[in-house]
Amino acid sequence: MEFTLLIVAVPLLMFFVLGLAGGKMSHRAAGVAGTLGMAVAAVLSYAAAFRYFFAEGKVDGVFQEIIPISVEWLRFSDKLHIDLGVLLDPISVMMLVVITTVSLMVHVYSLAYMHGEKGFQRYYALLSLFSFSMLGLVVATNIFQMYIFWELVGVSSYSLIGFYYTKPSAVSASKKAFIVTRFADLGFLVGILLLSYYTGTFDFGLLTGDKASLVLESTAGLSFMGVSVASWAMALVFAGGAGKSAMFPLHIWLPDAMEGPTPVSALIHAATMVVAGVYLVARLFPVYYFAAPDVLAMVGYVGAFTALFAAVIAVTQTDIKRVLAFSTISQIAYMMVALSVSGYGGHDGLGYMASMFHLFTHAFFKALLFLGAGSVIHAVHSNEMGDMGSLRKHMPITHITFLIACLSIAGIVPFSGFFSKDEILAAAFHHNQLLFAVLWVVAGLTAFYMFRLYFNIFWGKAKTYDGRHAPHESPLAMSIPLLFLALLTCATGFIPFSQFVSGDGAPFATHTEGNIALAGTLAALAGILAATRLYRKGGERPAKIAASLGGLYRATLRKFYLDEVWLFITKKVIFRYFSDPIAWFDKHVIDGSMNGIGWATQQLSSSVKVFQNGKVQFYAFVFVAGTFVIAIWALFL
Amino acid sequence: MIPMNHYLVVSTILFFVGIYGFIARKNMLAVLISIELVLNAVEINFSVFNRYLYPERLEGMFFSLFGIAISAAETAVAIAIIINVYRNVQNIDIRSIDKLKG
Repeated sequence: MEFTLLIVAVPLLMFFVLGLAGGKMSHRAAGVAGTLGMAVAAVLSYAAAFRYFFAEGKVDGVFQEIIPISVEWLRFSDKLHIDLGVLLDPISVMMLVVITTVSLMVHVYSLAYMHGEKGFQRYYALLSLFSFSMLGLVVATNIFQMYIFWELVGVSSYSLIGFYYTKPSAVSASKKAFIVTRFADLGFLVGILLLSYYTGTFDFGLLTGDKASLVLESTAGLSFMGVSVASWAMALVFAGGAGKSAMFPLHIWLPDAMEGPTPVSALIHAATMVVAGVYLVARLFPVYYFAAPDVLAMVGYVGAFTALFAAVIAVTQTDIKRVLAFSTISQIAYMMVALSVSGYGGHDGLGYMASMFHLFTHAFFKALLFLGAGSVIHAVHSNEMGDMGSLRKHMPITHITFLIACLSIAGIVPFSGFFSKDEILAAAFHHNQLLFAVLWVVAGLTAFYMFRLYFNIFWGKAKTYDGRHAPHESPLAMSIPLLFLALLTCATGFIPFSQFVSGDGAPFATHTEGNIALAGTLAALAGILAATRLYRKGGERPAKIAASLGGLYRATLRKFYLDEVWLFITKKVIFRYFSDPIAWFDKHVIDGSMNGIGWATQQLSSSVKVFQNGKVQFYAFVFVAGTFVIAIWALFL
Repeated sequence: MIPMNHYLVVSTILFFVGIYGFIARKNMLAVLISIELVLNAVEINFSVFNRYLYPERLEGMFFSLFGIAISAAETAVAIAIIINVYRNVQNIDIRSIDKLKG
């Protein structure tokens, strides 16, 4: 399985080729080269998945961790060292497939979407860099390697969000994304240090192996402020994951990140980077489950709150990409909740499996939604719902594929979202009724806001586009990825996922529970029905309802003022009471003492330099006078 | 016989006249002459101490002879330098050559 290294290496190579020589290539050549590189990585991933799941991965009916390549990179002590390598296990192989597939689709789609943009080659170079970082993240053999790629993902996401760097809003969005996630990564780093300090290893296999006994033993009896050290470490690691996965209250960067090109949103902010947090928790799941169950419960509540919160906001947003962004936050929170309600091993591990399953299906249908939205934006040249309407006549392919994705995310049989969401609801139902109730409400809301979006774009008031450039179906390079992802959305639900992915590697059987499936479907249908009645024909009714809700509606529209709260916290509290005094200290005390030393030296030298005037007679005089002084001193003292 | 102290008084006066001239005169030739005075004061001391304290030996006398020879050579070099300075700055004021500091 050594060839899996190539899956990571080829995008890196493409990054260097396009980054260094891209300027000399034509747009078409650069785009095609990047796409071909990604296609190679995708084919290799499929080969790896096939060989792992059907040939080499399973030993005695349990999927094993395979580490085909591992190189020692940095050694700290006898035990502690950082390796760089490739780790293959069910979830990393699954992620390889997801990332390369979505990335390939985005590469193809961008050929048309970004056609004629300034910096086309740079765009493809950055896409390759991002794919490389994300692939390196999922195959990391140890937590430190993951951290390295984690930061690389952050940086490449930063440069892609800020791709239109002449637009101030894009620049500030990219900075916001980077700073917020970086701030969260501080927690991740401290968590890693805590964990490695006590266990003496970074290795995932050692940390999670044998029911996380290494973590349990090395931190046994240690606590800080009434909470065990293991819980502290895992909570801090989760903080990093919450930053990348946009959990409340660190979600604020994701909606703004929609300033980037739409295919980038599809790749980074729907399918890959934002699920890194979920992947991290899943990767360390045994540690959470055995060593820090309290943190795992907290993950569940944070996730449930985020899911509800984001779904409510998504209902009022009018920018179609922002609706999708909040829906992404909500769906990722779903996966987090699924992890937290999971047990370990056998059918208890349903939540773990459901979370990974939802990650898998969500990646495809959410990428499809974003690419569909991109296609709409391409045609209408606006992000606002108000500028759209009755587009179904103009853009049939986009319309059908978007509808499939909406049905899938709403959780309608037989689309993939139904199956994964159903597993999550079932897992939640058996572990925590409260979380189940929240998720159930969110399922209804999801259906509602997705169909609000759908009807506003494709139905609604009959809009005439004359006088302006009339919308038309997007070119083939854009509709092929749409059709392919729509196909995946229809098909992936039928994968018997529990046969491949489970918490402990052992396959188990799942069955659809009739009443839970019914409850989920009812919630979805209710949401769809409400949206149909309100938005299908357009009209004034939604505006009236909004007006009757008054302040609540306005608060939701402004995302519950969380951006303002963060601004207040950073500007009025952190900047004023921490940064300003520190800046003052730096400017006056640190710089002051340095400048003082310089000033004193200058003064001393200018008082001494009058002796160096070049006049021979003066020198002689000083010399003689000195001799006299020494002579007198020698005689009388 | 003249007592040794008389010689020493003369040489001391000569020495300090030389020092004063070296510090105070502007003309480089006068400065050079002052240096010669200092050297001569030293040579008187050598001769006198040799003659009065160790009359059976000759090292002091020879040292004086060396000093005379060296001061002759030094004067030759110094005058050459003074001529070159004159060519450059059109005078031989010692205060006009202060560009050699560093």
